[in-house]
Amino acid sequence: MAEEYWRWKEYRWTSPEVDWRDAKLITCGVDVGSVSTQVVIMADGKLYAYSNMRTGSSSPESAEKGLKWALEGTGLPRERINYTVGTGYGRVNVPFANRAITEIACHARGANFMYGPTVRTVLDMGGQDCKAIRCDEKGKVISFLMNDKCAAGTGRGMEVFADLLQVPIEKVGELSFEVEQEPPPVSSTCVVFAKSEASSLLRAGWPKNKVLAAYCSAMAHRIFTLLERIGVEKDFAITGGIAKNIGVVRRLEKELGLTVAKPKEDPQIAGAVGAALFAKTIVEKGKA
Amino acid sequence: MITAGIDMGAKNIKVVLLEDGKRILAKSQLPVGTDTKAATERAFAEALGKAGLKMDDVRHITSTGTGRTTAPYAKDNVTEVSAGAKGAVFLHPGTRTVIDVGAEEGKCLRCDAAGKVIDFAVNEKCAAGAGSFMEAMARALEVPLEELGPLALKSTKTIPMNAQCAVFAESEVVTLVHQKTAKEDIARAVNDAIADRITSMVRKVGFDPDVVLIGGVARNKAFVEAIKRNLQIQVMVPEDPEYVGALGAALAAAELEGVR
Amino acid sequence: MRANYGYKDGSGDYFIEVDTDRCDGCGKCVEACPAGVMEVGEDENDPLRDTPVAKVASSHRKKIKYSCAPCKPVSGRKTEPCRAACPKNALAHSW
Repeated sequence: MAEEYWRWKEYRWTSPEVDWRDAKLITCGVDVGSVSTQVVIMADGKLYAYSNMRTGSSSPESAEKGLKWALEGTGLPRERINYTVGTGYGRVNVPFANRAITEIACHARGANFMYGPTVRTVLDMGGQDCKAIRCDEKGKVISFLMNDKCAAGTGRGMEVFADLLQVPIEKVGELSFEVEQEPPPVSSTCVVFAKSEASSLLRAGWPKNKVLAAYCSAMAHRIFTLLERIGVEKDFAITGGIAKNIGVVRRLEKELGLTVAKPKEDPQIAGAVGAALFAKTIVEKGKA
Repeated sequence: MITAGIDMGAKNIKVVLLEDGKRILAKSQLPVGTDTKAATERAFAEALGKAGLKMDDVRHITSTGTGRTTAPYAKDNVTEVSAGAKGAVFLHPGTRTVIDVGAEEGKCLRCDAAGKVIDFAVNEKCAAGAGSFMEAMARALEVPLEELGPLALKSTKTIPMNAQCAVFAESEVVTLVHQKTAKEDIARAVNDAIADRITSMVRKVGFDPDVVLIGGVARNKAFVEAIKRNLQIQVMVPEDPEYVGALGAALAAAELEGVR
Repeated sequence: MRANYGYKDGSGDYFIEVDTDRCDGCGKCVEACPAGVMEVGEDENDPLRDTPVAKVASSHRKKIKYSCAPCKPVSGRKTEPCRAACPKNALAHSW
């Protein structure tokens, strides 16, 4: 599959400062995405351990493996986990979750924790969708939109282009800046039509880099128009696979006149962090 | 007097030669390809050859289609909507509604007995509502585009298609194939999906009988059946549905020369 | 919360926005919609909310361009039935 291009290192992490034995409440958040799965363990609302791995062909299995790996070497028995929330594309397929909550709610809550309470806009650009979320100082969603109908503005759209131009997707961003002058963006929004447009540009003698630049800026502009609908406020955070594509991110920053906030931890775990935090709130409010 | 219509479509160039605004002399079709001018020359050469004519015999050439403003040889141009109405009414005088589905656009128009357009709607800029969608799905199914219709007609089962976008639908089709879903049923789902989108556009404009289906996608019988089923009405498909736009342009040329 | 259901594709913007702070889950929009686009239920994006809220049914979220086409306010049609039925003025459309 073309998603392979987005390969990152699978890894796990345990906090050197937090000991689960001192915690009253241990919660777990599981984010099963179409490409990757994250499992986060929190001890009294503090980040304790997490794992980040690729989603396999089965969501329940991926969740199970992710949990085992997150707990590995911690001595924390899984029975000690008080409550688990599942989120993401495969959220209803997490066998050990007590409840499922949407990515929208979890990303906002998780971004609030990871980027701090000043974060107001969260953009999550995944392989198959794009979510724009505005939240308040508590991480509660105040406005959102999610586009998963159309491939334009998603990782998939970019893959189609990388394929057409036979450029490894992780190089797209860098290569797109190797142009003398920024070309006008590709005019078709639809990926299918944009692809024919790109083919004729190539035939007209445009170098690959210039076509990539034209597509990256078209993508940045499209995401800009999605963000316009919900309104953008500082601090602005980006999560998801496209966050790693500087060709899109830098052009988007330029169009917005804003710089993207940097988190303390890997932005990929935001959804799972939010899920674990919701788990804590649910228990504390006696709704478990 | 000979007039000609040239339809510069997104995928193909169509040429129709017309005598005295009454009789179709020849038709030809070629892919647009990389060199529009060369393709147009060849399309004309082919049509003229079939009719035993020379370029000088043609009095007036009118263009239509996506690329109508840059069409070589054309003296003037008419919109696809106007050409579609003229062509359809010429072939079938009872035409009051024309559904035109081409490679990159779906259109629906209502017209009067004279072929004058009353109202229309266009589905554009998204492959989900046009022939490109079918082309992508045929590729995913690994069947020739022309086979998609006949294959779908063999289906006995309706299966849902969740994706709307052609790009996502392609992956969905691949997954269905991997799950050993019958290709006939997938082909039917593809045809039904696009027919549903076209139907909702037709409902928006409203339709009166007789309904005529034109454009390359009208060659697909399963699509035509789905439209009939959705609208609960008989629809007519001309012999060469993809040439109706070019015919309409040739008719417009004849009108401008005062022979109609 | 301003919940935007729908999408943007090459042909335009198709969103129904529900203002969940105004919506009390009365369900009048559900009754009014001829296409079954609206439903009332748990607020998926505010898990701590206790009261039900109106939302776009998930089966329609990727095709409201088509589902909502018959009610679009064109050629002399009045306000969409769902919007007209809402006593709290909690619905808005992007078209």
